[in-house]
Amino acid sequence: MKSSVIIFPGSNCDRDMDVALKKFGFENQMVWHNDAEIPKSDLIVLPGGFSYGDYLRCGSIAGKSKIIKSVIDFANSGGLVLGICNGFQILTETGLLPGILLQNKYLNFICKNVFVKIKNKENKYFKKIKKEILELHIAHNEGNYFCSMDELKSIEDNGQIAVTYCDFEGNDDEKNNPNGALKNIAGIFNKEKNILGMMPHPERMIDPFLSGEDGSLFFENLIESL
Amino acid sequence: MVEVNEKIAIEHGLKSDEYKKICDLLKRTPNITELGLFSAMWNEHCSYKSSRRHLKKLHTKGEQVIQGPGENAGVVDIEDDDAIVFKIESHNHPSFIEPYQGAATGVGGIMRDVFTMGARPIANLNSIHFGSPAHEKTRNLLRGVVKGIGGYGNCIGVPTIAGQTCFDESYNGNILVNAMTLGLVNKNKIFYSKAAGINKPVIYVGSKTGRDGIHGASMASAIFDDKIEEKKPTVQVGDPFTEKLLLEACLELMAGKSIISIQDMGAAGLTSSSIEMASKGDLGIEIDLTKVPCREENMTPYEIMLSESQERMLIVLEEGKENEAKKIFDKWNLDFAVIGKTTNSKNIELIYKNEKVAEIPIDFLAENAPMYDRKWIKAKLPKESTFSKDKFKSLKLSDCLKKILIDPNIADKEWIWNQYDHTVMGDTIQKPGGNAGVVRVHGTNKAVAAAVDSSAAYCHAHPLTGGKQVVCESWRNMISVGAKPIAITNCLNFGNPEKEKNMGEFVECVEGIAEASKYLNYPVVSGNVSFYNETKDKGIKPTPSIGGIGLLNDYKKMMTMELKNEGNYLLVVGKTGGHLDQSVFARNILSEFNGPPPEVNLFNEKQNGISILNLKNKNLIETCHDVSLGGILTSISKMSIKSGKGVKLFPLEGLVNKFEYFFGEDQGRYIIEIKPENLKNVENMLKKDSIHVDKLGLVEGDKITLENDLKISIDEIKEGYKKWLKEYMIS
Repeated sequence: MKSSVIIFPGSNCDRDMDVALKKFGFENQMVWHNDAEIPKSDLIVLPGGFSYGDYLRCGSIAGKSKIIKSVIDFANSGGLVLGICNGFQILTETGLLPGILLQNKYLNFICKNVFVKIKNKENKYFKKIKKEILELHIAHNEGNYFCSMDELKSIEDNGQIAVTYCDFEGNDDEKNNPNGALKNIAGIFNKEKNILGMMPHPERMIDPFLSGEDGSLFFENLIESL
Repeated sequence: MVEVNEKIAIEHGLKSDEYKKICDLLKRTPNITELGLFSAMWNEHCSYKSSRRHLKKLHTKGEQVIQGPGENAGVVDIEDDDAIVFKIESHNHPSFIEPYQGAATGVGGIMRDVFTMGARPIANLNSIHFGSPAHEKTRNLLRGVVKGIGGYGNCIGVPTIAGQTCFDESYNGNILVNAMTLGLVNKNKIFYSKAAGINKPVIYVGSKTGRDGIHGASMASAIFDDKIEEKKPTVQVGDPFTEKLLLEACLELMAGKSIISIQDMGAAGLTSSSIEMASKGDLGIEIDLTKVPCREENMTPYEIMLSESQERMLIVLEEGKENEAKKIFDKWNLDFAVIGKTTNSKNIELIYKNEKVAEIPIDFLAENAPMYDRKWIKAKLPKESTFSKDKFKSLKLSDCLKKILIDPNIADKEWIWNQYDHTVMGDTIQKPGGNAGVVRVHGTNKAVAAAVDSSAAYCHAHPLTGGKQVVCESWRNMISVGAKPIAITNCLNFGNPEKEKNMGEFVECVEGIAEASKYLNYPVVSGNVSFYNETKDKGIKPTPSIGGIGLLNDYKKMMTMELKNEGNYLLVVGKTGGHLDQSVFARNILSEFNGPPPEVNLFNEKQNGISILNLKNKNLIETCHDVSLGGILTSISKMSIKSGKGVKLFPLEGLVNKFEYFFGEDQGRYIIEIKPENLKNVENMLKKDSIHVDKLGLVEGDKITLENDLKISIDEIKEGYKKWLKEYMIS
């Protein structure tokens, strides 16, 4: 399986994602933002970081970069596009995913482990994961998901909510909401479920000496499902 | 053009006799640009004029040392082809004036020092000191500094893996912000600042030059008064995004062979970087200031030379490599300009609009900078306090413990480090809040441990002992995670060196650091000095911060402080004498502030540490934590809180005062957890090395208990410990 990780100026989780993808069997290549085309891929990843310093608005300048047209074409043809953290923010800026990521409710950057509940397994990203609740890691300042009420209804009706913040028992209520995200949303799909954007970083949880290992389940499923 | 005279020189922070020396050296009056160069190079921050003589006493050698003090950062060997580049630096003065930008640019500056040498930064640390929590400025300063550190480090994508935060009223008017960075480099591909060769192109890369930070280094060499708000424009503004680009571009250029030397523009900007490169290479340098990329219009030569705009580098390239280098900087959208060349004149020559605007022999600015042998007084060891038995009578262990765990210097600091990305780069295997931060050396079985320590109370009570103690505490932090201590970097924060008492504190702390680091083979390889941490005549307590690093050859054998299994034994390695003077217990419970700090016995320190590593290598230790502030009971509580496991303490033998035993801050001690089947073996091994060991208790249940004296649930102590800082920040 071939994957491509796009590097924007200011991306800083590109290497971590490269390490994770390779560890679980992807043939990964790094693609520079100024390239016009993406090499043949089964999966495109927009990594975390601070593309263009997150100046203006998180992900907005990256959302207009040269490579993005190819990403949009790839996504519209049904290709798998995964955006983690800043990558999620970029996907909302391009319009590939609905809504936007606002500043965290308590105005602080948050770096810690969280639990998320898988809300929809009818897709390639979570299909064969045996657990319902994953322990992942967040590190962001703007992870407070927001969209209009109409959009929310449409997202819910179409099963587009991918994962929600919860406690270890799966209670995804306000008490377990680290950043103020609407409905505790930690990640969403597009309607067709080939695009996933999520704030938590599975690539930081891929061996027992790191913060945990549930990230491994995510990548194992991904390579199997493709 | 402004005419230069003594008055103007004094406004530049120079003394009358220094100005006279300048005129004598030049055999004429300097022009304003030249005076700017002298003031920048001769101030305390750049010239180390008060400290140089004493810094020579530091122990800086060892077979692990590849580069000691004098370069952008120190470099040590961590076996194979790997080396660690690391350094700590202060950004105290700017952080007090503008906490966010001051702290942010402190982090940016130290990272540049590290990647200038060809290393990719792999971990950041910091040591921050604030005034009393009751002081009106403390909360906002703390919030701003934490946001600044996070804002810069998080954006660059380097994990902040450890640090320390202290509160003491002596920092009410002068907070301390010390930032440390570790980078990883192939030891055959290290870059230095020494220029070599004549007519080599001098290249400017990075951000454009603006009017920010002019005279920053001079500001850092002065005491504060009522008008500090006016100094805001001297604080630089950070742009972590540009720094990230600069980092990647520099590392890309460094992969080739075109760089002769490279130096970041830190304090005193283009002035100190160009002069240092030329001085080290025994060369001259010619710069055409018209070619310097400027952010603002009509900047004068004086402003261009003294700007401390951030995220800039100066490079001496091999001839003919300009286009190759420019391509890389174009790719990263960074400015690139050939601004001058090396010469054989041994002068710095500045050209502006085809006119020579300054010409000074490099020697005058660097080697001939003043060096002072300031007067200082030796501190006496204070008399031990005698605590009457009555003082302890009404006290209960549980009350004391609860009070100590919410002491601002002990309470949990998670509110702070949750705002720092500590897991990016995917190699952080011990997070903040442990004995030390630990990151793997990417793609190998090795890991590097790092921690920062300071002990201002001890240094204030007796500087010589305090200096030794901080080094020992750093060494203990390395041992506690199972790392072999390698080397240290020091950030020496002191008051006004022109005062004999402050100067004495500096001299004796340095001597203490030197003695301990020599004995432990834990050399100082880099650092900086920050004097004049004084406001309206009130100086800070002497605060040397020691950043230590250690090596784990097999990261899988790293030790942590969480208690592991019910029924395991807890031992205290090292002797407990019950020293209460200068302890948290004495201050917080007995309101006693006098007396000597705990004695430092370097022989025991070394033996105890080496024994712990030996036990660890034989896989006999389950958990390890060093005993520091707050003594044994505080350490045990932290281990319990982290793991949710209780401890049954054994009754004390003989006529020991339980408060002295449990809260004394004697040095050189560790608490270790041992499986019952290994107990005899461990005790025998320690006995063979003549190391004192106490059986402290068992891992048991969910409470900490001691016969009839103590019974307290973990939840009860956890609440206060975890909540204090969070509640303070929102109150």
